[in-house]
Amino acid sequence: MQKIEIDQNGYYGNFGGAYIPEMLYPNVEELKSKYLEIMYEDSFQKEFQYLLRDYVGRPSPLYFAERLSTQIGAKIYLKREDLNHTGAHKINNAIGQVLLAQRLGKTRIIAETGAGQHGVATATVCALKGLQCIVYMGAVDIERQAPNVARMKMLGAKVIPAKSGSQTLKDATNEAIRDWINNPTDTHYVIGSVVGPHPYPDMVARFQSIISEEIRKQLKEKTGSELPDYLVACVGGGSNAAGTFYHYLNEEDVKLVAVEAAGKGIHSGMSAATTQLGTLGVLHGSKSIVMQTEDGQVVEPHSISAGLDYPGIGPLHAHLFESKRGIFLSATDDEALKEAFNLTRLEGIIPALESSHALAGLRKLDFKKEDVVVVCLSGRGDKDMDTYMKSLNGDLG
Amino acid sequence: MNRIKNLFDNKNKNVLNVYCTAGFPKLNSTLVVMKALQNNGADLIELGMPYSDPLADGEVIQQSGSIALKNGMTIKVLFEQLKNFRKEISVPVVLMGYLNPVLQYGFEKFCEDAASLGIDGLILPDMPQISFENEYGAIMKKYGLDFIFLVTPETSEERVKNLDELSSGFLYAVSSSSTTGKDKSFEDVEKYLQRLQSYSLKNPVLTGFGVKDKTTFESVCKYSNGAIIGSAYIKALENANDIATATQTFLASVIG
Ligand SMILES: Cc1ncc(COP(=O)(O)O)c(C=O)c1O
Repeated sequence: MQKIEIDQNGYYGNFGGAYIPEMLYPNVEELKSKYLEIMYEDSFQKEFQYLLRDYVGRPSPLYFAERLSTQIGAKIYLKREDLNHTGAHKINNAIGQVLLAQRLGKTRIIAETGAGQHGVATATVCALKGLQCIVYMGAVDIERQAPNVARMKMLGAKVIPAKSGSQTLKDATNEAIRDWINNPTDTHYVIGSVVGPHPYPDMVARFQSIISEEIRKQLKEKTGSELPDYLVACVGGGSNAAGTFYHYLNEEDVKLVAVEAAGKGIHSGMSAATTQLGTLGVLHGSKSIVMQTEDGQVVEPHSISAGLDYPGIGPLHAHLFESKRGIFLSATDDEALKEAFNLTRLEGIIPALESSHALAGLRKLDFKKEDVVVVCLSGRGDKDMDTYMKSLNGDLG
Repeated sequence: MNRIKNLFDNKNKNVLNVYCTAGFPKLNSTLVVMKALQNNGADLIELGMPYSDPLADGEVIQQSGSIALKNGMTIKVLFEQLKNFRKEISVPVVLMGYLNPVLQYGFEKFCEDAASLGIDGLILPDMPQISFENEYGAIMKKYGLDFIFLVTPETSEERVKNLDELSSGFLYAVSSSSTTGKDKSFEDVEKYLQRLQSYSLKNPVLTGFGVKDKTTFESVCKYSNGAIIGSAYIKALENANDIATATQTFLASVIG
């Protein structure tokens, strides 16, 4: 097996790089030349680890879901990122990047958000550090993730609706990038997933790699081996999956399963299953797999889950897909909803809609009874209660 | 024959490059707009290929692009419209766009087709220098297309010189770090352009982003070879009943 790693130009195989207009070059270049040095400095690591422990509540538990295991027919462990402060894995990266931004002398923080989890996480760390925070969010997402909009506002962030295109995550990302172009000196752009120009995909993956670092230790304690048979995670841009896979990328015996959002069905015209529907393209600064028309216009995706409603995928995942190192599955809106209720009733855990896609992936794999499977439960479902209640009452359009 | 080189050989002051979006305001207005620009004093035309995610563009150009896409503009349709344009248009024309649609068309095929239609050069702001050097530069050269890099006030001297060396035709000086169509202080712009002048670059320099009227045109022309106007002209077209008249009025207000 070819080693999975990033090269010096920011490519995983054929995917990655930095396809950015010159206006962004100085900022991206500064990050590229300094991110590794800064993030592995003793003082940085000390503060980062301290906040992950005492502020976020890490390590997040690795929970053996007994009743779900019986139902599925394998040993299912849930990596409880939903128990993190602010309710999802996004806080790991937000803390990392804001600490980094401070060390770069930046005073103004911008972010894009889909489900609002990354926006809340970024607003939270900015409140903690006394930094100005501006979050771009698609107008459609503002509506469907109202609790998170309220949280961001209470945290003191300014939420700016992105009104172009499909008014979801892609457009919020465009607006954030334009903001960065217009504010080149005082601003750091905290990207929320393993997307964007190099070094973002690598930097975000490293900040999220705490997830698999902990899984290795926790599994060893619980099963005697650091290695599961399967790792399963949902993929929007791919940051919780990247964090879950990171320390296993080159462990051949561990199967890496990524679950994308099929929306109303892969071929329904309302889907966000990028690897199934996309082709090689450039989006938001990197070469990857992109959902697009024959003319190279980016397609407006659909998913019931705002965090997965994105027409691209990080370059690491494009490479895992192309090299066949990863197994790529998809789950529809309905399948995800069903899993959300299933987990809630079996285990008393209300998952985020995004994470419910990962759970739906479990139905599509052929397990042996003794297989050890770790699912990244990337976030909790508080933000999705409105959708869940509508589903319960049969009101979903 | 190199039209861009000829242009600058004959005129190296107050060169006016005007940006328009293909397929805007109407699908079939592309050539009407180009003719109006040529007839009213544009020395060069930057023809924008609309894209769903134009990161470097402000609202005005974004809007024109969305309308053009809704109108049905694609690269294929554009090339069909440009089939005989050289019978009517003699000023140099550069295509401006983003890399993704060009990659989908096929980079080499795109260059081959554009060159055979009579296109003179390309501006692709998200083309990485390294990809230009390793891959795409040679293809454009093969078909005789100029490639124009952008530089900004934040671009280091060394990098400006590098990008100038790699560019041909002209160098695109972005007046300040911003998306298109933002207002800015032209005092700083003049200082920046003087700095660029002191580098003794190989290419002529055209200055764009924020140039919108006679005052700003004259300001950037003091220390560079000319200007690129985009958003202000698109705005003039937005409200136009008649493209020819609107173009005449607009250009007269800039260079008249
Ligand atoms: C709970 C949760 N899981 C997953 C995602 C998807 O992002 P990624 O693929 O980067 O992990 C999001 C994004 O908003 C999220 O909030």
